[in-house]
Amino acid sequence: MASRNSDVASPTRRGVIALGAGAALGLGRATSGFAQARPPAGPRGQVVAGISQEPTVFNPLMPGSEVDQGVWWQVFSPLWYIDPQGKLVADLAREVPSLGNGGLSADGLVWKVKLRSDAKWHDGTPFTAEDVKYTLDLINNPGFRVRNRVGHGLVRDISIVAPDEIHWRMESPYSPYLSILALTFIVPRHILEKASDPNTAPFNSAPVGTGPFRWGERVAGDHILLQANPAYHGQGPHLERVVFKYIPDLTMLYTQFRTGQVDYLGLSGISAHFVREAQGLRGRKVSLSPTAFVEHIALNLEYGPFTEKAVREALYLAMNKQARIDALYYGLPVPTESFLPQQSWAYADTLPVHRHDPAKAKALLDAAGWVRGSDGIRAKGGVRLEFTNSTTVGNPGREQSQQLLAQDWQAVGAAMRISNMPAAVIWGEFWQKSKFQSVMVGSNFMQGSDPDVTPRFSSKAIPAKGGSGLNTCQFQNAEVDTLLAQGATQFDQAARKATYGRIQQIIRDDLALLPIYQTVMAEGLKDGLQGFASNINCSSNCWNMRSWYWAS
Amino acid sequence: MGRYLLQRLGQCLLLLALVSMIGFAILHLAPGGPLSQFALSSQMSQEDLDRITRQLGLDRPLPAQYLDWLWRMLRGDWGLSFRDGAPVSAVIGSHLRATFELMAVSTVIAIGLGCWIGILGATRRYSLFDTLATIGAMVALSIPTFWFGLIAIYLFSVQLGWLPAGNRQTIGDGSPLDLLHHLIAPALVLALVETAIWARFMRSAMLEVIGQDYIRTARAKGLPERQVLRGHATRNALLPMITLAGLQFPTLLGGALVTETVFTWPGMGRLFLDSIEYRDYPVVMGILMFSAVMVLLGSLLADMLYAVADPRIRMG
Repeated sequence: MASRNSDVASPTRRGVIALGAGAALGLGRATSGFAQARPPAGPRGQVVAGISQEPTVFNPLMPGSEVDQGVWWQVFSPLWYIDPQGKLVADLAREVPSLGNGGLSADGLVWKVKLRSDAKWHDGTPFTAEDVKYTLDLINNPGFRVRNRVGHGLVRDISIVAPDEIHWRMESPYSPYLSILALTFIVPRHILEKASDPNTAPFNSAPVGTGPFRWGERVAGDHILLQANPAYHGQGPHLERVVFKYIPDLTMLYTQFRTGQVDYLGLSGISAHFVREAQGLRGRKVSLSPTAFVEHIALNLEYGPFTEKAVREALYLAMNKQARIDALYYGLPVPTESFLPQQSWAYADTLPVHRHDPAKAKALLDAAGWVRGSDGIRAKGGVRLEFTNSTTVGNPGREQSQQLLAQDWQAVGAAMRISNMPAAVIWGEFWQKSKFQSVMVGSNFMQGSDPDVTPRFSSKAIPAKGGSGLNTCQFQNAEVDTLLAQGATQFDQAARKATYGRIQQIIRDDLALLPIYQTVMAEGLKDGLQGFASNINCSSNCWNMRSWYWAS
Repeated sequence: MGRYLLQRLGQCLLLLALVSMIGFAILHLAPGGPLSQFALSSQMSQEDLDRITRQLGLDRPLPAQYLDWLWRMLRGDWGLSFRDGAPVSAVIGSHLRATFELMAVSTVIAIGLGCWIGILGATRRYSLFDTLATIGAMVALSIPTFWFGLIAIYLFSVQLGWLPAGNRQTIGDGSPLDLLHHLIAPALVLALVETAIWARFMRSAMLEVIGQDYIRTARAKGLPERQVLRGHATRNALLPMITLAGLQFPTLLGGALVTETVFTWPGMGRLFLDSIEYRDYPVVMGILMFSAVMVLLGSLLADMLYAVADPRIRMG
């Protein structure tokens, strides 16, 4: 039922046209055009999804990348998921627990989850509350190599009330747990409990789930084949097979999309310089899908000049964002002011819009006492307005972007030196322990799809100061700390939106980071492929492959 | 012969020990690790990364990790891949067939075509054929394999649509004809450079043999030219080719690495690149040791074959 809701919520354009035509004609039965836009009666055909990274992790609780998650969405099911509009939709649960339906106690401490009783594992075993309990227990098992325990670590006193109902208590209220559970796939107790070590269980290479597709085969280094699950508890699947084809080279991936060997090119997307050509290909369509990644300049706020707000503001004003977007990324990314994607329900759309204004930048620096030296670089109290900017070696877009940035800032008297490093070096201690001065990076700030940014902006989340988190910019703000604590315990979405709106405002005003743009991914599909729906709230746009089908 | 073999095997073992030590040290001392891909993930904190590092045993001193790995290798346990948790021997085995398929076909093409061009070029020295073959060989040797691969894909797949743009087979098909269809382009591209090398070596060896006294004697006693070339010149000129075959083995692995990437061929080359990228230490070490063994065996086999083929060579 859950997926049916989602299909209604995001009908295809062709579907809408067909529905309209059918209604206008007053036809009781479908016309041929109408029939084309409808999914087939049973699973039919296959889709080859081309991806540039190989999925290798099939236990959905272990550390995996986005490509792995693309496979998890087919084989497994969460209790509920978040649809493209940001709405929680029940999947293995009968309903999403809320204050309104009594699933959540008023203090947010007691959770009561009612489960479907018609869901089955791929081997025919019925899905029950025991599986949910086992999954939560496994996540908290110290010997298990779980991805993370954020939220799960607060779960206490799990009790199975009935085969289709489970209750637990939270150590403290934590509203992002709803979103975290939307990305937590349930694993089968009856299979995994027999393994001596869940880290090396045979299940990890031949998973059994409750999802719309069953595990078929994996040819390592080449592809993964999934077969339709005829006993799936939701609507679909409409495809007989789904193939995840690994093609490491992006140019070759696009070539195979062009030659028709690949039906859907996603996850890594079409390289920006091929997008215009791809849009003109006959029999292909391109979907420009926003992602949750925000490209920005991360400043080490404890590094000399960056401690001063006037400097950060001047650098932001001197930055020509749009030129960079147009010249290097063919105009695809969307300029942004927030760390949250614009599709998030918590996105604040009232933030001040950036202007490229070098004159104002110079005036700000002059007023703050930064005086130009003989070489044109400003200094104040013996400190030169000079810093390094680092990014990953071998990323041509970012490397060219750095060149433009250095020119922009040179013009206002700031010297930016480029100091790039291999990914393994830059994202190690250099980044984690805040040894950088400034870094050009794209980050997804959200916790799953929740706007809780405690690990990013809490003063207790600075690894360089012994904190546990990702606040590598060393941002500290008492009001933000209070708001973060407040937001994590609020269960009303409107109230939370206000809380996170205020946080976005403070981060933007303070320029704790210099936001550039929200990344947009160009995904390619064959014309006849229906049902694709980009969803920023899921880790992969393959989230609803159960609803995909061929038009004819 | 037996003593010589024992000596060589001893040298091989020493070399393997050195390769493993140096390889292990370089791999682990290089910055980053198997978890660095998650460093930017919003879903994993530094605490999570540290916990998993401990669980994988990567926080132990390097010598302890090396000795543990060595002890397990000596017992035939290659370890488990960090990426998919599968046994390393199974991971390598699953990629081996594709690489050997590609290598075998391209080697057969390269040896057959290269020797024929070399022999013909030497017997018709400075002819139009010889000049064209020399220029062709130089071009093939000067241009990188990936360029030929891309051109082949552009021409035969994108423009003409005759051949698939990569992959080893059509998923769900896998018939011999389908496999052959997919094999044509990568095998020819990989064979191209090898053919040029074989042609140059064969021409040179043939020219040297043709100038020998026994060839002149064979001609003087009235043997037909065809018999002189086939029975006397070619057979002797082929001797150094045995050494070349042994030495070409590592080159073929290197060539396959590039060709496999361009043609999306799921072989050892691609596995090696991916494993290095993800710092999958057990798999990288497994491939390193496997390649080292193959190269040493290739060289040893070439030496032994040389002795068998040429009675003048004595071993020991």
